[in-house]
Amino acid sequence: MHLTLEFGGGLELLLENSTKVHKVEVPPKDGQATVTMRGLLTWVKDSLIKERPEMFVKGDSVRPGVLVLINDCDWELCGGLDAELEEKDVVVFISTLHGG
Amino acid sequence: MGGGGGRREAIERELHKLRAEREELDGRIRLLESQLEAEPAGVGGEGEGEGVVPVVGSCDGSVGCQSRGRNGFTPNGGLPADMIYRYSRHLLLPDFGVEGQRKLSQSSILVVGAGGLGSPVALYLAACGVGCLGIVDGDDVELNNLHRQIIHKESYVGQPKVKSAADACREINSSIKVVEHHHTLKPCNALEIVQKYDIVVDATDNLPTRYMISDCCVLLKKPLVSGAALGLEGQLTVYHHNGSPCYRCLFPSPPPVAACQRCSDSGVLGVVPGVIGCLQALEAIKVATAVGEPLCGRMLLFDALSARIRIVKLRGSSPDCTICGKNSAFTEQDFQKFDYENFTQSPMSDKTAPSVNLLPESARITCRDYKKMVDNGEPHILLDVRPMHHFQIASISPSLNIPLSVLEEKLPTLEASLKKAGAAPALVVLCRRGNDSQRAVRFLREKGFASAKDIIGGLQAWGQDVDPDFPVY
Ligand SMILES: [Zn+2]
Repeated sequence: MHLTLEFGGGLELLLENSTKVHKVEVPPKDGQATVTMRGLLTWVKDSLIKERPEMFVKGDSVRPGVLVLINDCDWELCGGLDAELEEKDVVVFISTLHGG
Repeated sequence: MGGGGGRREAIERELHKLRAEREELDGRIRLLESQLEAEPAGVGGEGEGEGVVPVVGSCDGSVGCQSRGRNGFTPNGGLPADMIYRYSRHLLLPDFGVEGQRKLSQSSILVVGAGGLGSPVALYLAACGVGCLGIVDGDDVELNNLHRQIIHKESYVGQPKVKSAADACREINSSIKVVEHHHTLKPCNALEIVQKYDIVVDATDNLPTRYMISDCCVLLKKPLVSGAALGLEGQLTVYHHNGSPCYRCLFPSPPPVAACQRCSDSGVLGVVPGVIGCLQALEAIKVATAVGEPLCGRMLLFDALSARIRIVKLRGSSPDCTICGKNSAFTEQDFQKFDYENFTQSPMSDKTAPSVNLLPESARITCRDYKKMVDNGEPHILLDVRPMHHFQIASISPSLNIPLSVLEEKLPTLEASLKKAGAAPALVVLCRRGNDSQRAVRFLREKGFASAKDIIGGLQAWGQDVDPDFPVY
């Protein structure tokens, strides 16, 4: 499944060359037709995150302080971990900022 | 029939008379307006006194209009003349108009933090005629604030930020009330300060304060215009207003300490908080006047590097939220006792990075002891583990820069340098504040560099205790 992933608010530092935008091909899990957010998180952790995975995930979800947006919408409104992604969806992971 | 005709004539005569009166009034109004245009400092209309409708106690609490109220005029019970002239470009906006300006002049807004975000917020809110503007900040102006905290001037370095900011606001607009709160906002004083205002703007720089302000605004039912900026990114939303979530609805648990970057560690491009602060002022004005759609239930994400602004939809307020949820048992007493620094494991300040203590005393030296080593000519290598862009700001010469993040792969470089330095050279490790140097020494000792030691307090201590000319950053 073709997806665009974006990382911001400092999360990009966990990725190679601190690249913010990643156009990726994510395979559905065996026997499943679609990719869920749960599956995507595992894939991101295994395939994209280069260092300190605890800065991205906690348990089976994202760590506290990370907003997840599916097509510019809070993933809590889309089903959270169980949200099913569609071809060409844009998923944004953004760490909240506190500075000023 | 005849009687009806007579009534008709009477009405027409009356209409004619009223229209003539209206024309005369319009003429007088135009005359007054032109006098006002020609003479902004003075108040025109000496000879026109009788024709001017007197102001009836509609001073909206602003100082300037009270002193001039008798000479002002109030078409349709509107604004005093001096306010009309000052805010004429607001009044010309059909969506804003007299009603918007009146609401603004009757509103009170608290800006928490007079820093990079708070600077444009306070300047714009003062300029646009908010009735009462409160500013809270416990810090003093420092030279390294001025690149982004544009409300402060060089002559105020060392003085309280609230004084500097309030003076700047009064210089722009002497007709509004500016209140200085020279405190750091804390659970013990927040309720008392915040309750005096209609709207709160969070322009602070640290995580525990953000949780505290949000909780306080929920308890006191105040809308919260929240902005944040770091590096080249900014974020903005309006919490706890029109069904939008509170900070805890979005972030029930605080992030790990290592994820909390500070401007004093990570840097910030001056104009980035400027952009977010301007937008905060805008949102505060919209909330105060009920004009337009405030950024409720949505968040604006600003990426300066790619010049992109994205506005995303957020969840609504959570019924299960421990603070704003319908079953919340959180009281003002709970709030005053809540330890926000403990909850977030980070300090209510941008300045102090929590220091770590990873090494035994035997693996550390003070910078004065290091100076003695140098003076005695003891063979050693000084390894600076800061990121390269830090090393380029300033460094001790001679030193070897291998950033902590690449230390493992660059170990051969370190070994080669140690060999060149002669028989059994010491390995001394340095960073900015003495945290990363401990991590590096712990790692190096694991890898067999048994003599590695770190300099306590890093370059900051070096600048304080050994070389006062070493640049501080
Ligand atoms: Zn809430």
